[in-house]
Parts: sequence; structure tokens; C-alpha cells
Amino acid sequence: MERKTLQESIISVEGLSKRYMLGHVSPQRATATLRDAIQLESSNFARKMRDLVRGRQILQGDQIEEFWALKDVSFEVKRGEVVGIIGRNGAGKSTLLKILSRITEPTKGIVRLRGRIASLLEVGTGFHPELTGRENIFLNGSILGMTQKEIRGKFDEIVAFAEIEKFIDTPVKRYSSGMYVRLAFAVAAHLEPEILVVDEVLAVGDVEFQRRCLGKMGEIAGNGRTVLLVSHNTHAIRALCDSAIAMDKGQLIYSGETDKAIRLYEGSFARNGDASRVMVEDKARSIARDSRIKLRAISFKGSGTAILDEEFRICIEVEVFEPVSSVVFGVGFCAKSGARLLSCDSDYSGRPAYSLAPGLHDIECTFGQLPLAPGEYLLDVGCRSEGLVLYDETKEACVVEVVPPRNASPQLLQKYSTCMFKAIWTGAPHADA
Amino acid sequence: MSDTVYDPPLRSKHTPGQSQDDYPTGPSASSTEVVLEAGRHDLHYWFDLWRYRELFKMLAWRDVLVRYKQTVIGTLWALIRPLITMIVFTIIFGRIARLPSNDAPYALMVFAGLLPWSLFSTALTDASNSLVNSANLISKIYFPRIIVPAAAVVVSLVDFLISLVILAVLMVAYRYALSWTIFFLPAFIAMAFFASLGPSLWITALNVKYRDFRYIIPFIVQLGLYASPVGFSSSVVPEQWRTLYSLNPMVGVIDGFRWCILGPGQGLDIISVLIGAAVTTAFVAFGIYYFRRMERSFADLV
Repeated sequence: MERKTLQESIISVEGLSKRYMLGHVSPQRATATLRDAIQLESSNFARKMRDLVRGRQILQGDQIEEFWALKDVSFEVKRGEVVGIIGRNGAGKSTLLKILSRITEPTKGIVRLRGRIASLLEVGTGFHPELTGRENIFLNGSILGMTQKEIRGKFDEIVAFAEIEKFIDTPVKRYSSGMYVRLAFAVAAHLEPEILVVDEVLAVGDVEFQRRCLGKMGEIAGNGRTVLLVSHNTHAIRALCDSAIAMDKGQLIYSGETDKAIRLYEGSFARNGDASRVMVEDKARSIARDSRIKLRAISFKGSGTAILDEEFRICIEVEVFEPVSSVVFGVGFCAKSGARLLSCDSDYSGRPAYSLAPGLHDIECTFGQLPLAPGEYLLDVGCRSEGLVLYDETKEACVVEVVPPRNASPQLLQKYSTCMFKAIWTGAPHADA
Repeated sequence: MSDTVYDPPLRSKHTPGQSQDDYPTGPSASSTEVVLEAGRHDLHYWFDLWRYRELFKMLAWRDVLVRYKQTVIGTLWALIRPLITMIVFTIIFGRIARLPSNDAPYALMVFAGLLPWSLFSTALTDASNSLVNSANLISKIYFPRIIVPAAAVVVSLVDFLISLVILAVLMVAYRYALSWTIFFLPAFIAMAFFASLGPSLWITALNVKYRDFRYIIPFIVQLGLYASPVGFSSSVVPEQWRTLYSLNPMVGVIDGFRWCILGPGQGLDIISVLIGAAVTTAFVAFGIYYFRRMERSFADLV
């Protein structure tokens, strides 16, 4: 009997889909004449009134687009399992967690939950800056679904975990951001639901605190609770999870062994990584593009992989349709979590703005010494006016792998930092000696 | 990519099946199944509402604590605002317009009407913005959303209770004796609460979707002050308009308050109270219905 309950699925998801409606401001808007503008505004107004009458959502913008954040996702989680969810930005992980934690409703599909669920999508939700640490523990605890009795029972433990004994009666607006995060996580870490859903909350605080958080997560998972964990930190996923789900573009691409899911996730970045030329013309854009200039492709002169501290050259192919003056190009390297690590703009580099005639152009960007530590990075490429108006931009267009130089000590470089930089180091005996 | 230095926590990988002993078996380990589906009318809703009653308490408590923090005179604001309005109304309606007050001091009559009216207007104003102001909460945590505006309405009861104390002080100052009618006051306080709750729920839900209501509410509150018998007695309203006038649920509430506090001399039109009660009930039912219908999309809209 007991055995059977442990084997049953505690979460079962079938054909889950979620649609959002997005409004875009059309790119012509900036150049429209007054008559066009009036026409556009009046048709927008008419649409808003129609939506109001039908009781529908009101969207800002001129063009309405459907966007499926989740498409037909199905999986099951057994009682007591710890499941990792991985995927690139925009893969639908957070939307999935939001549906599971009942914050938003699915458009299609069905979810069955057979236990009390608590979600931790953000650290410190509902903290009020004017209230003291003590008051916030009670407030946040009850927001997360704890009873007053539970909170009272764990109060000392929470305060000790957060290491804020001295400031417990100070309003949290006077806390340092580190203290704030520690307190917030401490409250959440003492939740005891049957199902715990956690989104990328480990990426806060200092390294030491992160280590303790992961330890605490391991403890929660070890107690036989079901945990769903979203993280970009594949080490954490590997260490904590029994199995994992890999997602991409709103779809579930794999559910099963942790190692395989991580391999698929890492592989999803390298899809175009092997080729030395990547077409970006037709990639989805998050901005409205200018009609005069378009990014066509990115290619790497020399080899596709970069070497730490050595020269690295990126070539951006652009197609110009009408003459444009004062164009600034930029490239950016991002971590897989999407965090920008390094930016390099042509104007900041001292290069005068480009004036481009219609036709194809090759724009080259050469790093004398690439300071990125060995690892894989995502490349963003964009062009804009000197006045910061974006013409075109493609995010996470391709993967750049940085490898260590031939003579470098591998121990020194492994998982050491994201940037390695050479500076001038000197030393001399102290003047007084 | 190099993440921060990280040691795996000291934990042997947990395999389902080995933890039979340490699996929590508290009251929370219930095996009630929750089904999430588009457009589903959740039967657990009212059960959840009960389960989250402590959150309701905490949110109300937070708003009370925060309400007058970092103000110089703190809770005194709750005293000063109604007193000043009372003085202004007494001068305009009592002294200048010389409206009748049915043998009670005009200031007392105004204050007795002002009590439920400020409850209504504070509740409506605070509740309507409450959901939009807790956008971060709504997009990150599940709980029955009705808690947020309901807590706002409860918080406005705090100011109301403070005003009730001022009224007691004023009555002593005017040496005005209470009569048996005071025993009906709790019933009218309940009616005032529900008359505030219904429209608040409705407008709160509308405000999430259509922010236009943010601009409409101050206007409603201002107009309503003159459309309700706050500065004057209902007896100045012509007889033939009385029924239509009573459709405003605050008419019954305010008349009831005056009758309870100032005694039977004020007169109470039972029909107008009953109409008010019916309209209030309808508003509460409609408010809850509309709120529930809109609730599922709040997180996507806010």
C-alpha cells in the first residue's frame, strides 16, 4: 500500500499550452506623417473600444500577435522525485512553473496536482520595506503559505540561517541587499510543502550563501519532498536532481535522465556553432527592425573557436537598402543564463560612425586579446544610430567557444572566473625596510 | 561556462522509495487532487479562501502598520480628516444654506453621516488600487486574489473605528444623550461594510484590466459625497424622488446611522433601508461573481 502511494505520480501534465497576445508598435510610426498618425491612432482607438465592449484585454500597439509560450507539454513527476527543468531563455520554463503554481491559467491542457504546492519564483515576494525583519518574516511566511504557528516554531532557525540577529527589529529598507536576500531565502527555505517549485532563486547572494542555499535545497529534497527546480546552473541540477526536463521554444524536447537533458540543453546552443558563418537574417527579433539596414550573417575570420588572450575577429555582414549615415555596431558576449558579460561597441572603441551606401558590407570587429575565460558564450550583435536608436539586433545569435591557450595551466583556468585579464604587476621591498 | 565555485552539497542522491519513514504525514499531507484547466470553476476556491485566512489577516495587519509610518503626526491623520470635513459641511449646509437637522446639532448630524461615507470612499479608493499595487505578489504567488481587496476594505474599518471614538467624544461635548436605537448600530455597520465591499470588488477587477478606472474612482467618490445625504438630512429630498434616491445603497446606510446615533427623532424610512439592503446584496453577489470571473487572468494582465 505504502509502496504504491510512493510510485504514483504527484504531478501529471497533459498537453499543456499557454498563449499570450502581444501588441507591437509598428516601425513606421517614427516616420509617419500627421495624417498617418491620426489614422493609426483612430483605428487603435476603435480596436480598444471593441475589446472593451467584448470584455477583452486591451493591448497597446498597432499590430497584435499571438505568442505560444508553451506548446503541448506533457510529463509526469513521481512522488519524492527531484526534477530539474532546463532550457534557454524564453524556452517556457517560467511559464510552466507559473501554471503549476496556479498563478496563471493554461490556455489548453490539464494539470493534476496531488499534494500541497508551494512556489518560490522570486526571493522576497511581498517583503515590505517599511516593516522590520521580524514583521517581514511573518508576512512573507504567510504569503508563502505557512501558518503563524509554523512560522513561530521556526522563527529562531530562520533568523539564524539568515544571520541577521542584530537587525531583526530594523526596517528592511535599511538592510544591505545581501542581508535582504539572505532573510528572504531563509524564510522560503523553511517551507514544508509536499511539492516545492523553485525558479532560479539560487543565483542571488554571495558564493558562500549560494553554497548554503544549495545545501539546504539538497536537504529539502532528501526529506522525500517533490521538488521542481529551474536553473541555468547545470552543476546544481546534476547534483540535486534525479531526472530532468529539457525545454526549447515552448516545447518539451526531453524528459528523463539528468545527464542526457543537460547534454541536450548544452547542445541546443551549439546548433550553429560548428559553421564558421551563421545566417541571422531570418532569426526572430525582439525589436522592430529598421527598413534601411539589416544584419545578414555573422562569421568568424580564422577559426570558429576563440583562444583566451589571443586575437579574435568577428565579421558582421550587413545589407543596406537606403543610404544610412552614423551607424554604430556592437557585439556582446553573454553567459548561458543570458547575463551580458562583455560589450564592445564601435563608438566606444573610438571608431567614427559608419556611413553606408546601399549594398552589402562586411564590418569587422577585432579583439586584440579576448579576455573571456574558457567556456561557451552566446554572441549578441546589433547596430544602432549614434543616438542609441536600435536599427537591428540579434540576440544569442551563435555560440563562441573559448579555449585555453596551449601553454596555460588547466587547473588555473578551470571554473575560475568569467574574465581573465592581464595587468601590470610589480613588486619591491617596502621603502621603510 | 564557469559558474561560481561550487561544491555539491553533502547528499547522497535521493531515490524515491527509500524515504517512507521521513515522509511528512502532517495534516498537510492530504491527498486532495487539484486540477488546473482553462476556464475551470475551481470548487476548491472557497476552501482555499479559508485556508488562506491567515494571509488575509497578515495583509490587513501590514496595511494598518504601514498606513501612517513615516508621517509626522501618525494616526492623528485619521482624526483630523473627518473633523475638518465636518466643520466645512456644518458651515456650508447648516449655517449658510440653513438646512434642517431634525433637532440634533448640525455638526453631530454631519459627523454621523460622514462615518459610513468615509468608510465607503476609503474602501473603494484603497481596494481599487490594491491589486495593481500588489502586482509583484500576484505574478509570483498563488492565493485567492479576493483577499487583497477584501483586506483593503477591512483596513478602512480601522479608520472608521477611530472616527467612532471621535463621535463619542463629540456627543459628550454636545451633551447629547443616546437612546435605545443605538443597539441597531452593529447591523448598520455590517450593512456599511457590505455596501463598500460589493462595488469595491467589482471596480478592483475592472481596474486591473482597464486602468481608466483609476481616474474614474476619485470622480465617483466626489460626486457620491453630494449624491448621498452626508452634508444634509434625507428629509430635504422631495417625497416623489425618495424611491429613486434610495437606490443609492449609502442612503439607507447613512439614514440608519443617524437614526441609531441621534435617536428616533431623526426618523427612519424602512422602505429606503430595505431597498438599500437589496441593492447592497445584489452588488456583493455581482462583485464576487465578476471578480471570480476575471481573477484567473489577473496574473497575465497586471
